[in-house]
Amino acid sequence: MLSKQNKEVLFNPLSKDNPVLVQILGICSTLAVTVSLEPAIVMGLSVIAVLALSNVIISLIRTTIPATIRIIVQLVVVAALVIMVQQFLVAYSYDVSKQLSVFIGLIITNCILMGRLEAFALSNRPWPAFLDGIGNGLGYMAILVIVAFFRELLGSGTLLGMQVIPTWCYEHGYENNGLMILPPMALITVACIIWVHRARNTELQENN
Amino acid sequence: MNKNSNIYQIVYAAVMVVLVGAVLAFIYMALKPQQDENIANDKRRQILSALHVASPDDASIKATFEQCIVQDMLIDTLGNVVDTTLNVAFDVEMKKNMKEARESRVLPVFKALKDGETKYVIPVYGAGLWGPIWGYVAVNADGKTIYGANFSHESETPGLGARITEPEFQARFDGKTFYPEGEDFHSVEVVKVGQKSLTGADAVDAISGATITSRGVGSMIAECITPYDAFLKKLQQLVATPLDEGENNEE
Repeated sequence: MLSKQNKEVLFNPLSKDNPVLVQILGICSTLAVTVSLEPAIVMGLSVIAVLALSNVIISLIRTTIPATIRIIVQLVVVAALVIMVQQFLVAYSYDVSKQLSVFIGLIITNCILMGRLEAFALSNRPWPAFLDGIGNGLGYMAILVIVAFFRELLGSGTLLGMQVIPTWCYEHGYENNGLMILPPMALITVACIIWVHRARNTELQENN
Repeated sequence: MNKNSNIYQIVYAAVMVVLVGAVLAFIYMALKPQQDENIANDKRRQILSALHVASPDDASIKATFEQCIVQDMLIDTLGNVVDTTLNVAFDVEMKKNMKEARESRVLPVFKALKDGETKYVIPVYGAGLWGPIWGYVAVNADGKTIYGANFSHESETPGLGARITEPEFQARFDGKTFYPEGEDFHSVEVVKVGQKSLTGADAVDAISGATITSRGVGSMIAECITPYDAFLKKLQQLVATPLDEGENNEE
């Protein structure tokens, strides 16, 4: 079930081969959906679902795909899955779908998807491909959640929409940092996370 | 079979597209009723919010809405009610409606009952900085003052223009009047903090840092509510005549 190799496929993307921190993929959506925790979590789950399913589908049909149109085939599969996710969100989680609006559609352009399909699913069997999708999706989601945690806490004083910074702080002159809500701070937060991550994983540092 | 032959590729692509299309069409059909319900509930919630009715959960919102909104009406520019079919105002798509020339637009009004008083809710639709903004303005039975307002947006900047959805901003409209000097209709304006309107109209403070969205709210209200001038005047007469307290209502 989970051989040593498969374990690596599943767990490496969480830290050592994280799609956001190490492969530097999917940065655009990290900026867009991390203003608060809830959309970040939903976006993470959506990407996990789309990534795992598209990895499996592509892996299943990998021997039939003509090499010349493989990118188009991948795009069609991803686009179809994304539209499904979008339709399900509108039907069962309308508020979240309103918040994410265009970003769900933009999963199609999330580089992690095409990257994993090209690099992994096209040359591996469905089960490892599935694990690879889950692993990379989780690695992506972990970063989204960390960034969103800090941005929502410092920018709005709330977590998951609930007030966590007590009122007496505001009465004593504490102010929410409006800058945290704007996209540039997501980049800076990601950069800080990369900094901490590299400091702890010395093998990732480049030798100059 | 040669996977790189033209025929194989064309057939492969065609079959794939047909299959995917069929699956998507099926999902769309299966989820449509639920989606329509959500969209309608969202609209109900916005209308209720303009009437200061707290949003109940999805299960009870329809019942609350039907209790609160007593009649859907379409009026003409002379202020006459022309249509009161069930849901006639609710089904108006403001996006399409606002694309029409001013004269050929329909003018929907929701007649509502809140705490025993009649209110009239008018939908508004306009442009913000990045995309459309819309909302609902509830007018008191006197036909002059705003009872409450609710605004929504599609893609305004979070923390700036998006703040038009906050109750704090919307509450600024409460009690403002469209007839500050008696006779003439002056739309409520949105002006820089601390400024007053040049035309003598009632004004509310804009959101600092969101000039264009704020201005959009102002012009949206002007554009959408001006055609209701005759209707609002009729409401004023209705209040003035039976009670014969015209002087009090001039205030």
